[in-house]
Amino acid sequence: MEKRVTFRGWLLPLVLIAPQVIISAVFFFYPAGQAVWQSLFIPDPFGLSSQFVGFGNFEFLLSDKYYRASFVTTAIFSTLVTLCSMIPALFLAVIADRLIKGSGVYRTLLIWPYAVAPAVAGVLWLFMFNTRVGVVSWYLGQFGYDWNHVLNDAEAMGLVVVASAWGRISYNFLFFFAALQSVPRSVIEAAAIDGAHFWRRFFTIVLPLLSPTAFFLLVVNVVYAFFETFGVIHTITGGGPQQATTILVYKVFSDGFVGQDLGSSSAQSVILLIVVGLLTVVQFKYVEKRVHY
Amino acid sequence: MKNNLLGAFALTTVLSPVAAMAQTEVQFWHAFTGRLGELVKAQVEEFNASQDEFVVVESHKGNYSETLNAGIAAFRAGEQPHILMVFEVGTATMMSAKGAIKPVYEVMAESGASFDPDAYIGAVKGYYTTTDGDMLSLPFNSSTPVLWVNRDAFEAAGVDPDTDLSTWEKVGDALEQLKAGGEDCPLVTAWQSWVHLENMSAYHNVPFASKDNGFAGLDTELMLNGPAQVAHLTAMGDWAKDGKFIYTGRRNEGGANFRSGECALFTESSAGYAGIKAEAEFDFDVRPLPYWEAITSEPQNTIIGGASLWVMEGHDPEEYKGVGEFLSFLSSSDVQAAWHQNTGYLPITAEAGEATRAAGFYEENPGTDIAVIQMTAKEPTANSKGLRLGSFDQIRGIIDEELEAVWSGEKTAQEAMDSAKERGDALLRRFESANQ
Repeated sequence: MEKRVTFRGWLLPLVLIAPQVIISAVFFFYPAGQAVWQSLFIPDPFGLSSQFVGFGNFEFLLSDKYYRASFVTTAIFSTLVTLCSMIPALFLAVIADRLIKGSGVYRTLLIWPYAVAPAVAGVLWLFMFNTRVGVVSWYLGQFGYDWNHVLNDAEAMGLVVVASAWGRISYNFLFFFAALQSVPRSVIEAAAIDGAHFWRRFFTIVLPLLSPTAFFLLVVNVVYAFFETFGVIHTITGGGPQQATTILVYKVFSDGFVGQDLGSSSAQSVILLIVVGLLTVVQFKYVEKRVHY
Repeated sequence: MKNNLLGAFALTTVLSPVAAMAQTEVQFWHAFTGRLGELVKAQVEEFNASQDEFVVVESHKGNYSETLNAGIAAFRAGEQPHILMVFEVGTATMMSAKGAIKPVYEVMAESGASFDPDAYIGAVKGYYTTTDGDMLSLPFNSSTPVLWVNRDAFEAAGVDPDTDLSTWEKVGDALEQLKAGGEDCPLVTAWQSWVHLENMSAYHNVPFASKDNGFAGLDTELMLNGPAQVAHLTAMGDWAKDGKFIYTGRRNEGGANFRSGECALFTESSAGYAGIKAEAEFDFDVRPLPYWEAITSEPQNTIIGGASLWVMEGHDPEEYKGVGEFLSFLSSSDVQAAWHQNTGYLPITAEAGEATRAAGFYEENPGTDIAVIQMTAKEPTANSKGLRLGSFDQIRGIIDEELEAVWSGEKTAQEAMDSAKERGDALLRRFESANQ
């Protein structure tokens, strides 16, 4: 029999969930509702007049091949950011977990980059790879490689991916490290006695036991890549060269706050909301099945 | 001690409302930091000290785009300032916002401040004036592109620094020689769309957009894919391929390359003067923007970039009187002449230009009058009065993207400009429907 705690009456549960409901309503439901409403209009920037266009904004967007291309850019970008932030983090966590001496120092140092805001991280990386004064681009030049992310699509994408993933590695590291600590020693030791070497133990025992954490991080990192990387892109490439690094959320910004086209911008944020919602549903429906708690 | 502090506090609270009541406050939002920010502050302080009826409060609201956004957001919240600085690209947006703005000519007429629209330089005023001749916003900082020359770089490459660079044909020859002489960065530019398309079009008297570059109506279409523009961009694209033109970015990133002495030629605003003068450790020179001899034997005028001051709707008549006084003060000859000499921006009145010349400034600082001459040598035509396009900030973004495709060799100039026209026109149609 499952043990259940029951509350008598409605008041206490309501009071307990009220803060969360209020916060969600004020900071999520109200703005999201506004966005949905606004997406049906073409307003002028000052809010003096607006014209009802139904789904006109969506039609305009979906018939724009540059907007459709932005989906592909976003998919590539978020996949790369997620991979580049999770795999090194897992690797570092496994290594740190094996350390006996000095793991505290090692851990602290690894966590530092997380404290750097995305925009600042963007500036730091831009400075290193600046085509004129960048240290890294200078060394690359010494090896005969002409680094120019201002005109080269792939280099620009690589740079924003690395700059976005860098700070994120710390965050992922923290979770992986904590999860590794909770893997029962007895299981690992038993396998070791049976003659399984380190990487075999890792892939057959540790990794499956880490899957809930990895799954959680997957969801969180995808959401991060979709929304929070704005600062990095804004500081490093501004969406260029051409539209090589214009991800969906950057386009929401540039259409809304540079172009003052609030109708299109709202429609884009509605589409983005749906995409991320769907993605999360898919993750929970399919990926989670393979996760062992 | 504590009592003293409390006493002082009580005293100020008692006194300050009295002071505030006596003076009408005028809010002024601008986009200037650094040296320019200090100069604006000094202008405001001078105005405040010159009379005791009004007090202008200046505040910095970020870069041009951010300042415009701050103004728009404030208007939506009913908290708009009296005066908002808007860059030239936002002009069409502001003009279409009837009900949010109060045209400057109206403010001046109502406030009774001295105002003579004819005193302003035509090419500057034209950008901000209706086709009927009514001034909608007050030109504040205006500049125009010129050619900056690093004389030391020319000598190092074995090219005569006094060589004629008046046409792009001659510049092409010079680039060839510079490259041959071992110069790694013969030419850079800032604000590529502004210099190499918008000004290029006006300077060769060809349209950038239909309907008099948008002045005559919202149903305008881009015409930047014409033969003149394509010829220029094709040449630039070839130079980029040969390493004679180095692309550094969409804004004024190239300025750092030029000021550090790395590059020989630089197309940039005349307002780059303050920075270049302060940082350059080489001998430099200003030349008029080159033109294509193959297209025209005599160039038209170039157009301006910069910002103007818009007066926002929704304040008391008494406050508008203060706004009028302040704008009139800013237009006065002394203030303008000082601004022009300190920054490299153009003087907005002919009188301020004369005063600067009379003071011997141009002789002491050769080349500083080139921008003025280039702008005013000819009466502006429908193609060279300026540009008035909705969503123009975003259209410039599209042009930047397409130009990058030309520089990297992915598209020909014709393909890139055809695509820029198609994409830009879609935005113009949206702007048109939002402002019907």
